[in-house]
Amino acid sequence: MASLVYFSSASGNTHRFVEKLGVPAERIPLLPTEAPLKVDEPYVLVLPTYGGGNGKGAVPKQVIKFLNDEHNRSYIRGVISAGNTNFGAAYCIAGDIVAQKCHVPHLYRFELFGTQDDVTAVRDGLEELWKQQ
Amino acid sequence: MTEKLTLVSHVDAINWNRIQDEKDVEVWNRLTSNFWLPEKVPISGDIQSWNTLTPQEQTLTMRVFTGLTLLDTIQGTVGAVSLIPDALTPHEEAVYTNIAFMESVHAKSYSSIFSTLCSTKEIDEAFRWSTENQNLQRKAQIVLDYYHGDDPLKRKVASTLLESFLFYSGFYLPMHWSSRAKLTNTADMIRLIIRDEAVHGYYIGYKYQKGLEKETPERREELKEYTFNLLYDLYENEVQYTHDLYDGLGMAEDVKKFLHYNANKALMNLGYEALFPSTVTDVSPAILSALSPNADENHDFFSGSGSSYVIGKHEETTDDDWDF
Repeated sequence: MASLVYFSSASGNTHRFVEKLGVPAERIPLLPTEAPLKVDEPYVLVLPTYGGGNGKGAVPKQVIKFLNDEHNRSYIRGVISAGNTNFGAAYCIAGDIVAQKCHVPHLYRFELFGTQDDVTAVRDGLEELWKQQ
Repeated sequence: MTEKLTLVSHVDAINWNRIQDEKDVEVWNRLTSNFWLPEKVPISGDIQSWNTLTPQEQTLTMRVFTGLTLLDTIQGTVGAVSLIPDALTPHEEAVYTNIAFMESVHAKSYSSIFSTLCSTKEIDEAFRWSTENQNLQRKAQIVLDYYHGDDPLKRKVASTLLESFLFYSGFYLPMHWSSRAKLTNTADMIRLIIRDEAVHGYYIGYKYQKGLEKETPERREELKEYTFNLLYDLYENEVQYTHDLYDGLGMAEDVKKFLHYNANKALMNLGYEALFPSTVTDVSPAILSALSPNADENHDFFSGSGSSYVIGKHEETTDDDWDF
């Protein structure tokens, strides 16, 4: 079971966080020339927040493209977001937007590529979540 | 000083229609869309609140702001500019010119606060303090020395630590006032600065990591060691500086937690794991929520303590309006 789907830009922060979790994960492609990702199982989405000002453009466009596929969207069970508290009210706002749009819980927020505490909390949390499914 | 001025030796007309690193465009767009000027922030709304501070609190506030002014001045006129000759792409050079200018805007914004809230005599005294405080001067000197050094990657490390770590002993205070509903307009302006510094630290740290990819394992190890040594040096000095400023009001311990918290983020911007454990990064929730209203742990669904957790209560969407 692919338990995570994630997006990470060239800076690779979200990728590093997902690597540290060590759970099965599929990456949404960075470039429009790559084949789009299709999923057929329930997953939790992990994504970074872009922008910083007014929340405009907060969700990376690659994630929008992935979720615009209704089949992909039907399997989302929750969202985890990355950000930086320096962005004030826009901290992790991409997670809020996706959670509202998809009617799923915004499970967790972390900064940059997360601390060891974040990794432990998310790993345990995901385990519980999948048990309940 | 006899060092030769290093400038980029060859320049081609910059073509924004041929991009080598998409991150340059992304960050340029982010920085320009976040652009602001201090004149737009109604600092005069804080005059009444300023007058409720004790003379000791006012002096502390002015000292903190002159310290921040010094760092912004360094970053604007030396730090960001020193990164230009090492840029990997012409667009990276352009981003540094934006960063340099914005640091000058930040430096000027503190003067806007001063001219609105304080007398000329008080302002001059605070600036004199900033030239006389040893720990402030020392941190400026440490960073300046690395900017004048000949290692491009070490310059990026110093720059990222300045953007993402050294400012925070100062940023703590306006967040503290804001959490007590004081100097709230000033705090709004500081939040704009804090937002900019996050993008600067992220970008310079990203370019550092790109540079590291081309280095040998031995050299990478050397740079990692260098980074942690510089952080320790700066940290020790920062602790002294924090005591100089905040001891009088008994706030130094919580400020230090804020330093640890931000040192971790500075390291992460450079691609290194956090150093300080969560037991010493637990900044008071009032400060964190002054920084970001979303930052408190009520938003942690997994921990089960989430009191404010809600599933989105939006109406059903159709595919037509899904394009968010």
